[in-house]
Amino acid sequence: MTFNTKTNNDFEVKPSHPRHDSVKISVNNLSAYFGKTKVLKDISIAIPEKKVLAIIGPSGCGKSTFLRSLNRMHEVVGGTITGSIIFDGEDIMKQDPVYLRRKIGMVFQKPNPFPTMSIFNNVVAGLKLNGFHNKKALAEIVEKSLIQAALWDEVKDILHKSGANISGGQQQRLCIARTIAVNPEVILMDEPASALDPLSTTKIEELIFELKKDYTIVIVTHNMQQAARVSDFTAFFYMGELIEYSETKKMFVAPVKKQTEDYITGRFG
Amino acid sequence: MLNNSAENSNINESFVKIQNFFKKNKRKDTSSFLNKILGNKNLGDLIFEKLTLLFAVLVFLLVIFMGWEMYSHSILSIKKFGLGFLVSSTWDPYREIFGALPVIYGTLVSSFLALLIAVPLGISVAVFLSELAPSWIEKPLSFLTELLAGIPSVIYGLWGIFVLVPWLRDTIEPYLQNEFPNSPFFQGAPYGFGMLAGAIILSIMVLPIISSISRDILRSVPDTQREAAYALGATKWEVTKIVLGNAKSGLVGAIMLGLGRAIGETMAVTMVIGNRAQISASLLDPSYTMASAVANEFTEASSDMYLNALIELALVLFVISIIINILAHLLVWSTERKWK
Repeated sequence: MTFNTKTNNDFEVKPSHPRHDSVKISVNNLSAYFGKTKVLKDISIAIPEKKVLAIIGPSGCGKSTFLRSLNRMHEVVGGTITGSIIFDGEDIMKQDPVYLRRKIGMVFQKPNPFPTMSIFNNVVAGLKLNGFHNKKALAEIVEKSLIQAALWDEVKDILHKSGANISGGQQQRLCIARTIAVNPEVILMDEPASALDPLSTTKIEELIFELKKDYTIVIVTHNMQQAARVSDFTAFFYMGELIEYSETKKMFVAPVKKQTEDYITGRFG
Repeated sequence: MLNNSAENSNINESFVKIQNFFKKNKRKDTSSFLNKILGNKNLGDLIFEKLTLLFAVLVFLLVIFMGWEMYSHSILSIKKFGLGFLVSSTWDPYREIFGALPVIYGTLVSSFLALLIAVPLGISVAVFLSELAPSWIEKPLSFLTELLAGIPSVIYGLWGIFVLVPWLRDTIEPYLQNEFPNSPFFQGAPYGFGMLAGAIILSIMVLPIISSISRDILRSVPDTQREAAYALGATKWEVTKIVLGNAKSGLVGAIMLGLGRAIGETMAVTMVIGNRAQISASLLDPSYTMASAVANEFTEASSDMYLNALIELALVLFVISIIINILAHLLVWSTERKWK
């Protein structure tokens, strides 16, 4: 893979950051704005391929904005960014956002299946939008995606029912299946379990563990235990700045910065 | 420290005052007659509750009363013509034979033609306002479309007489007759006044209703739906399709509210539709609506039977528009409630 070396060359790894063999997305000097308000300040991060990167930090620290910058959803709500985000060897701002979002899928905080569509159609909504209508292939993709999202056994007999008629935890896994179905390379998850009960949360976490074999995952969470459980790397954001970025094991055992330690030991936030 | 304790004693004084106030206002005698009626309720709350209930019931009764009143004042014609009133096409006050079919036809056809023009326009405006327009253009534009709804209908009528009708007569209708000489829809003399003019005026009048209600419906679809579509790689048009799919029943409701308005509209239509009770396929021919007939002929109704027939016409209009409005509101509510 040539672009990996290319992105590595483009990206100057900060001495304090972990080194990766293979970088999926490299974020360089990213600042994000809402109007004139600067919500992200000069963030540089190398996102490793087929690993789970957790973004933690108190509310309002910019972690969701960071995530939404990666697939250009930040601009959908009227935000702007400066700096560069290199994906596939090219700045994402130069790529077609529609194409980019197929490569970088997203799962949201609140499960948001399409209520007017059946479970089947929810899973293949992205493919149908993109003009793919081969029935046999669609059925195969539905099965494969739902199996991968650990939902197949629960819904295989009710595929024709509305996507809104299943439980919240099932809806979230349906949303994950929908994201997987378009065959992305990266999955962004914005607090995917925060609206769910503990059992559903466990299921989602187990799922993330499985998914990282095939996908690069960036997950925003306000739950530190969750970050510690599911992620390989952790980045701590505070007031729009990246305070610390290291291997999860290292960060939770021996954080370097005082702010990080205060946050993960629950002294603020 | 001294300062602090002074403040504290001030606060304590205030607390004591508050406590005394509540003690004074407490209901003392719990065994009194009043308390037995009230139970745990406060007297003021009880009066408030019952009074508002009374007014709400009054509005409902008023509608029932209007219906009954119209029924009882049209009993002569109901008895004489029965269901024939709805299917006969003779409207002859001189011989006292009354059939409402031409005016029912005129009302329904002019309203449906109006919707044919106003629905695509209104929904497009709503999609633009809710999905595409940046907020600096969206706010004034929303205001303007709502302003259209507030213009008195007689002004639309005047505009119709002085602008629309001459334009139809001199330009549009001759053009249509030239282009489609064999079409049954464009036969007869191009007066300007007629079904086409009525439908166009109506479409302008229902446009703001359809567009502003549709806009509210589209806005009630939560952004999480739009985000879900965007995140799957949807284009703006595809996102809009998903939003429209979610809002389907509400949009039908908005259209039906527009229909309700069109069916009941009187003044502007009366001024341009030509006011002749006839059933003709041609859009250029004059027509007549229920509302126009009641308004025009009420003062001339010399006999009891004539008056009864007109009131029965009003009753038919009343029932049709109530049914349409109830259905429309049910659809709008069901969409908006889905997201709460």
